Amino acid sequence: MLEIRGLSAAIEEKPILQGIDLTVPQGEVHAIMGPNGSGKSTLAYVLSGREDYVVTAGSVTFDGRDLLAMAPEERAAAGLFLAFQYPVELPGVGNANFLRTALNALRRSRGESELDAVQFLKLARAETKRLAMPDDMLRRNVNVGFSGGEKKRNEVLQMAILRPRLAILDETDSGLDIDALKIVADGVNALRGPDFSALVITHYQRLLDYIVPDRVHVLSGGRFVRSGGPELAHELEAKGYVGMVAETV
Amino acid sequence: MTALAHTGTAGFLARYDTLRDRLPGDPRQRDAAADAFRRAGLPGAVSGRREEAWKYTSLRPVADASFLQPVTSLAGDSTLIGRLPYIDAPRIVFVDGQFRPELSALPPAVEFSRFADRAEYGMLARPDSEPLVALNTMLAEDGAVLSVAGGVDAGLLLLVSVATDRAAFHPRHTIHLAPCARLTLLELSIGDGSYLHNPVFDVQVAEDAALTHVRLQDEALSAFHFSTLYCEIAERGTYDSFGLNLGARIARTEAHVGLVGAKGIAHLNGAQLLGGVQHADFTTVVKHVAPSCTSRQTVKNVLAGRSQGVFQGRIEVARAAQKTDGYQMNQALLLSPDAEIDTKPELEIFADDVKCSHGATVGELDSEQLFYLRSRGIPDAEARSMLVRAFLAEALDAVTHDAVRGVLESAVEGWWERQAA
Repeated sequence: MLEIRGLSAAIEEKPILQGIDLTVPQGEVHAIMGPNGSGKSTLAYVLSGREDYVVTAGSVTFDGRDLLAMAPEERAAAGLFLAFQYPVELPGVGNANFLRTALNALRRSRGESELDAVQFLKLARAETKRLAMPDDMLRRNVNVGFSGGEKKRNEVLQMAILRPRLAILDETDSGLDIDALKIVADGVNALRGPDFSALVITHYQRLLDYIVPDRVHVLSGGRFVRSGGPELAHELEAKGYVGMVAETV
Repeated sequence: MTALAHTGTAGFLARYDTLRDRLPGDPRQRDAAADAFRRAGLPGAVSGRREEAWKYTSLRPVADASFLQPVTSLAGDSTLIGRLPYIDAPRIVFVDGQFRPELSALPPAVEFSRFADRAEYGMLARPDSEPLVALNTMLAEDGAVLSVAGGVDAGLLLLVSVATDRAAFHPRHTIHLAPCARLTLLELSIGDGSYLHNPVFDVQVAEDAALTHVRLQDEALSAFHFSTLYCEIAERGTYDSFGLNLGARIARTEAHVGLVGAKGIAHLNGAQLLGGVQHADFTTVVKHVAPSCTSRQTVKNVLAGRSQGVFQGRIEVARAAQKTDGYQMNQALLLSPDAEIDTKPELEIFADDVKCSHGATVGELDSEQLFYLRSRGIPDAEARSMLVRAFLAEALDAVTHDAVRGVLESAVEGWWERQAA
């Protein structure tokens, strides 16, 4: 469903991605691991359409459509979702209002009827409960005054409500204690199925004990240096990035 | 009906000469105002003459506009009335400055008379120093004379102005709250075409009384709106105002508030949302005369297109006004590189035990916030509107009356749709 071919991208004329090739078939979860500065977050931002990044070469198709030609909101409507590494605070925007606006925008784009406030709250309360989030989370302003862990859980809540077909989780595990990590992993696993794919970006193997990927790719210096099954994550944990990158060169 | 066009300072003076013997009010006061207006003219209309109080706002376009006397047609007013927000409350409706009983529903707990029947200029207005107040005093034909008796909570009252093309009118409103009285006044100004709405308010808040004054200026985009308000607050009295400026080609809302009794409270909050070539000026003068009073001002500007916003805020603290607590904040969100904000805060403090602060911020919409919303599927225009509303939320939260805040919120949404169109 996701096809990346020879993708290169730069920010402020500094090249970050240097020829990425990746295929994520429908229903699969792929992990992307790599050291700091290897281009993991850049890949996530380029796929979701952030304007500061300039694609200098290559192509990305999503269900056969040219993803790079689409606006961020069109990508979301097509079923793409990015769980941010650093979720953005929106003072003055209520979380429930934000989530309902987003859900209804997606429903409109699919030709479905919009949910009213009552219908939406019923859905949202069920999800907050499942993610063990306090009730007032929906009433508060988006991410304002949230702890690091609450922000990450709020990302997973959005994902659970918006039901993407492809989720990109950008270091969703960072800043989480082990209990929160399990809750977040459960939230992702609950979505797994033939119509859900994910790119799980992480620095550590720990998350992959809970979200077991179909494939693992190692990113270094803006290109993939290794790909393999879930066992690759353990190998990486044992050898470290430096060891593994040295082996491949 | 014959219609005579008049333009500029001379045109207004000629109109006064025609109407002089038919106008309500004390002719000596009117003549004095006419002299003051003749001397001052419309601010900015004569090149090379620039008053400090009108540094950022020129009324040259008003001097060049022509207005009709008398107004020929009121036919358009019924569709205009239909445009007013629905809110269940008594209302006093003026069309082109004339009271219209058949459109009004008089309030049970507020004494009301027309300025046309009971012409009172009030004690506070200063035609000598304010040219537009002079113009108003000279030509005022009608207005609302309102008073709330001691201890009465009069609830919500709407004061509505509806205007039609090429009208020029100068309503004179006086509001008096007796001790312990309460009133929430929602002022709505709408219209069609190019016209001049130039009201003057004289507001007296007695001991322990509280007036909440919410103002929605949603005039036609080719109209002129100049409002000058004078208010005096006695001991423990409260004047809590919020002005939302959305309409008019050139607007100025000027307020002079005197805290003359101890422990009085004045809130002069507001928001200005402008686009196109609109110009709006929010000018306040707060005089802390008595000790232990509080004044609060938060004014937010959202400026699109080539619009220009002005904020001039002056706080004066007299020697006797110890324990004054004054706060002033002006914030602007510039949605276009051609929009402009001019901010002039002034503090003049003669007492030594006071707390006074002021600040100003100017910025654009945050690109990270915008991307976050769009990445969730919210279209760009809707995402921008959410962020603007978020910026305004803090300001609108100052309006505690739910139905009244609802009116302002719908007006803000309407403004945004207009910008997107």
